[in-house]
Amino acid sequence: MSKTRKIKMSTGYKIFNVINHILLLILVFVTVYPMYYIFIVSISNGIYVSRGEVHLLPKGITLSAYKTVFQNSDIWRAYLNTIIYTTVGTAINIVLSSMCAYPLSRKDFYGRPVFTFIVAFTMFMSGGMIPLYLVVLKLGLIDTIWSIVLPPAINTFNMIIMRTFFQDIPVSLQESAFLDGANDLQILWKIILPLSKPIMATMVLFYAVQHWNSFFSALIYLNSKSKYPVQILLRNIVIAGEFADQQTSIGNVESNFAVVAMNYKYAVIIISVVPILMVYPFLQKHFAKGVMIGALKG
Amino acid sequence: MKTTQNAIGGKMREKRKSHFIRQVKRSKYLYLIFFLPLCYYILFHYWPMYGIIIAFKDYNVVKGILGSPWVGFKHFEKFLTDPYFWKLVRNTLLINIYGLFWSFPAPIVLALLLNELPNRGFKKFVQSVSYLPHFISTVVVCGMIVNFLSSDGFVNQILIALGRERIQFLMRPEWFRTIYIASGIWQNVGWGSIVYLAALAGIDEELYEAATIDGANRWKQMIHITLPGIKPTISIMLIMNLGRLMSIGYEKIILLYNGSTYETADVISTYVYRRGLLGNDFSYATAVSLFQSVVGLILLYTSNKISNKLSETGLW
Repeated sequence: MSKTRKIKMSTGYKIFNVINHILLLILVFVTVYPMYYIFIVSISNGIYVSRGEVHLLPKGITLSAYKTVFQNSDIWRAYLNTIIYTTVGTAINIVLSSMCAYPLSRKDFYGRPVFTFIVAFTMFMSGGMIPLYLVVLKLGLIDTIWSIVLPPAINTFNMIIMRTFFQDIPVSLQESAFLDGANDLQILWKIILPLSKPIMATMVLFYAVQHWNSFFSALIYLNSKSKYPVQILLRNIVIAGEFADQQTSIGNVESNFAVVAMNYKYAVIIISVVPILMVYPFLQKHFAKGVMIGALKG
Repeated sequence: MKTTQNAIGGKMREKRKSHFIRQVKRSKYLYLIFFLPLCYYILFHYWPMYGIIIAFKDYNVVKGILGSPWVGFKHFEKFLTDPYFWKLVRNTLLINIYGLFWSFPAPIVLALLLNELPNRGFKKFVQSVSYLPHFISTVVVCGMIVNFLSSDGFVNQILIALGRERIQFLMRPEWFRTIYIASGIWQNVGWGSIVYLAALAGIDEELYEAATIDGANRWKQMIHITLPGIKPTISIMLIMNLGRLMSIGYEKIILLYNGSTYETADVISTYVYRRGLLGNDFSYATAVSLFQSVVGLILLYTSNKISNKLSETGLW
């Protein structure tokens, strides 16, 4: 806060300040500890975990759970699928969202109010799960990558954030390009997009995280096991506790299956979260800006 | 006279027409750019909206949407007289009302606490950490819940250490809402606070200076300056939440519930999923979901109206 508010620090405020710090530290602990716990369990010896001896530090450090996970070809394939869905999906998101946002950002776009309404209306009304499913079925997209990447191609909220950003780019830049004989396509490509790198970075992260974490569309649209993304596999292993294929390989690594099961699950969780954690510093930097634009002007 | 009028009218019409054509021509590249997004909205938003009419038909995959016979309000009558449907409405409302009571104030309180921190570095640190869970997938969060609350999981280990009985949390209907709401707060409190922090940053610093000179302490400053300053944001967020009272994200519930917790955990959207996609009862499920979204729209409209009257802020 500003210096003016720091000058007067009464005893009451000092006490409050201490309590405030403690409360927020508790929040930090509660947020981080579950994830930290999963990490230390995943690298601890299962025997100590089942005895309830792993709390703050890993005990009997072993990477056997990770070895088992990496021996599982299903996980590799699911990982590859998720990477494909995320890359293709995000590329489509960015292209379509900017193609939608740019015309809507132009005040001289003839018919703009009508198109804005058509787009904004979908934020309040939707066909719902079943009619959308029937459309995807009718288009013949079931059990293909397109059923995963096309239905969420534009997130209207994100698109509006983008439009707001485009609107804030000085019109004079576009006008002078126009006088130089550039058409709208060239303006979008050569002027708007190069000036929109920060918002594009934010959007890439938003959309990519969304694809990486998405599981429901895969659950309803995909039938073949070979096309499952990581999240579906994660659900089957971690929540439903399916070990059919892994049981034998785990049996080889350690004798007690039940003991290793937990390490195994937690190792799978860690592997699926690592990419998110790696991009998190970038996310951190960009997303707050995006949310602010959306919140203040959306 | 008449002929001249006609001539003028015709000229004006022509002029308007040529104006229209000129405008369209001027925007032709913009239309070209907008074409694909428009196709997207038509295919994946408006076509499904059109598909809602199967709620009034007995939909049959072979006959298609148009070929299936009309049945009027048959499906609506069926679920409005079904006692289980009212249980679903009750569950949906209760989970949202309790959720509103606990989850809505949490980010506001967090934003206020963060705002009182004199140390910017610490504030940044707490913010960075508290946003993190928002980016973790629902599946991972539910996986953590399921494993921490399992009979030999982390929470039960603590209970045993304290000399208490083991609790099968996810098998007990009375625990479901608590688990759902608490994990929701854990995941979203930090992220939710961003909007309020933005509003707090917009409050004029001079107001605080003036108040300090007038001898108002921090508490009084908060009541008289800070809270009124973020009141518009709070009311907009509240309207949005009230509009959502009848709907709820199904993903997390589908991952967490099971037969023994349907009593409190089964909500309208999960029922639509089971009935429609697992049971192939497309028309009935669409009718249920249409009912839900219509009630949702009415709620949103009403709460916006009330907010406009009371505080002159609203979504529109």
